[in-house]
Amino acid sequence: MIPAAFEYHRPTNMDDVIAILTKHGDDARVMAGGHSLIPMMKLRMAEVPHLIDLQDIGGLQDITIDGRRVTLGAMVTQHELVNHQALANVAPILRETALQIADPQVRYMGTVGGNVANGDPGNDMPGLMQCLDAQINLVGPDGARSVAARDYYEAAYMTTREDDEVLVSVSFDAPKGGYAYEKQKRKIGDYATAAAAVTITKDGGTVASASIAMTNLSDVPVWSETACDALIGTDCNADALKASVEAMLGDIDPTEDNRGPVAFKRHVAGVILKRAITRAWDRA
Amino acid sequence: MTQKMHIKLTVNGEDKEFLAEPRELLIYALRENLNITGPHVGCETSHCGACTVTLNGKSVKSCTMFVAQANGAEITTIEGLGTPDSLHVLQEAFKEHHGLQCGFCTPGMITRASKLLEENPTPTEEEVRFGMAGNICRCTGYQNIVKSILAAANELNASKEAAQ
Ligand SMILES: Cc1cc2nc3c(=O)[nH]c(=O)nc-3n(C[C@H](O)[C@H](O)[C@H](O)COP(=O)(O)OP(=O)(O)OC[C@H]3O[C@@H](n4cnc5c(N)ncnc54)[C@H](O)[C@@H]3O)c2cc1C
Ligand code: FES
Ligand code: FES
Repeated sequence: MIPAAFEYHRPTNMDDVIAILTKHGDDARVMAGGHSLIPMMKLRMAEVPHLIDLQDIGGLQDITIDGRRVTLGAMVTQHELVNHQALANVAPILRETALQIADPQVRYMGTVGGNVANGDPGNDMPGLMQCLDAQINLVGPDGARSVAARDYYEAAYMTTREDDEVLVSVSFDAPKGGYAYEKQKRKIGDYATAAAAVTITKDGGTVASASIAMTNLSDVPVWSETACDALIGTDCNADALKASVEAMLGDIDPTEDNRGPVAFKRHVAGVILKRAITRAWDRA
Repeated sequence: MTQKMHIKLTVNGEDKEFLAEPRELLIYALRENLNITGPHVGCETSHCGACTVTLNGKSVKSCTMFVAQANGAEITTIEGLGTPDSLHVLQEAFKEHHGLQCGFCTPGMITRASKLLEENPTPTEEEVRFGMAGNICRCTGYQNIVKSILAAANELNASKEAAQ
């Protein structure tokens, strides 16, 4: 499996990256860890005449924590998300999610930016970023801009990012209260049959706020506001869980593939969301 | 065919320079340009771990990296861990505890395990299984692989204590 030939660029600053993107348009693409892009190039499903390796660009590798505000540089790897203790203290859902992505070797290479930018419905970070109401920070020839993760995904592999823009970081407020990332997969290293990211805050004995997002159950990640509303004000009893799951099922649109038929995926989505809510509530 | 690139790697402590197309996968650069045939090609699709090397301190599947990306890197393969006359503790443990049968996955297993033990010198059985989850073996069965790694960890820790 040999990919088509390409010209390799390894610039050392972002201006050069943008210049190469501007010059070659559709023919140029950035590469982070390469663990989604290289397999696609090997299958010749992606052709990239100009490949721009981001590994030498400074300022994309940092995890910054300022009070509750967290910023993850695009080139932060999943391995670093797992091992960063200060991040785990303030936002443990990042570690919990990253540990469920792929396998150790892939996590050393796979990055936050690549996972968020890729646009594959199977990627786990996009759902998490929607749950956290993260901002996705981009730079391009016209300067910098931020897009809400909940507005970022348009269709499979289609996002609001322009071809000449680069994702530099994601930022979010560390969630308060309880959290869970729950994922059903056939084996380690597999993408989700269904996954759910949930955060819940508690006031007295009832749910004060909730955020729920689902992975790989539509061509984009699904943030389900109605599923959140079904929990708010309840004590997360069985009826509330059922109503939340029902609401979520109204928002997803899975398709049949090698992970199973639609009815099975909807069943698994319900089981996974129930588990995620229960765990988040217990931790709230 | 595109222009070849000048590639420099430090492999098992030795500086290597050669020409290669940027699209060449690191595993083929190691095996075919440098004749370092310890890392194997199993699946070629980032799933089996037979091609695992240590690159700048990371366990990496060398079938999923372009040689251009690795340019300038320090790489350790199974050849850099031990020799037939002086086996690495992990190699000794795999031999002792029947951690291999056909041996095809073993270079990747041991290279990955060496990094795992460096990062976590006292792993539990569960941590070994989770930390080795990127490596697939089709014939030995994982029981003895895990046993070998745990034995190697004990051995390394015992010699560390003895040295103190
Ligand atoms: C065996 C295996 C199992 C996996 N399992 C999972 C899993 O369970 N869950 C999961 O979420 N992922 C999984 N992955 C994917 C892995 O997490 C990828 O590494 C990740 O999705 C992409 O990150 P990357 O850094 O490798 O991106 P790359 O492959 O380098 O890039 C992916 C895409 O994003 C674009 N891109 C990258 N960085 C930027 C940027 N800064 N700005 C703009 N565009 C950018 C690239 O142009 C490309 O189109 C798996 C991969 C493998 C090989
Ligand atoms: S050959 Fe690289 S992971 Fe199987
Ligand atoms: S020893 Fe044969 S594949 Fe592992």
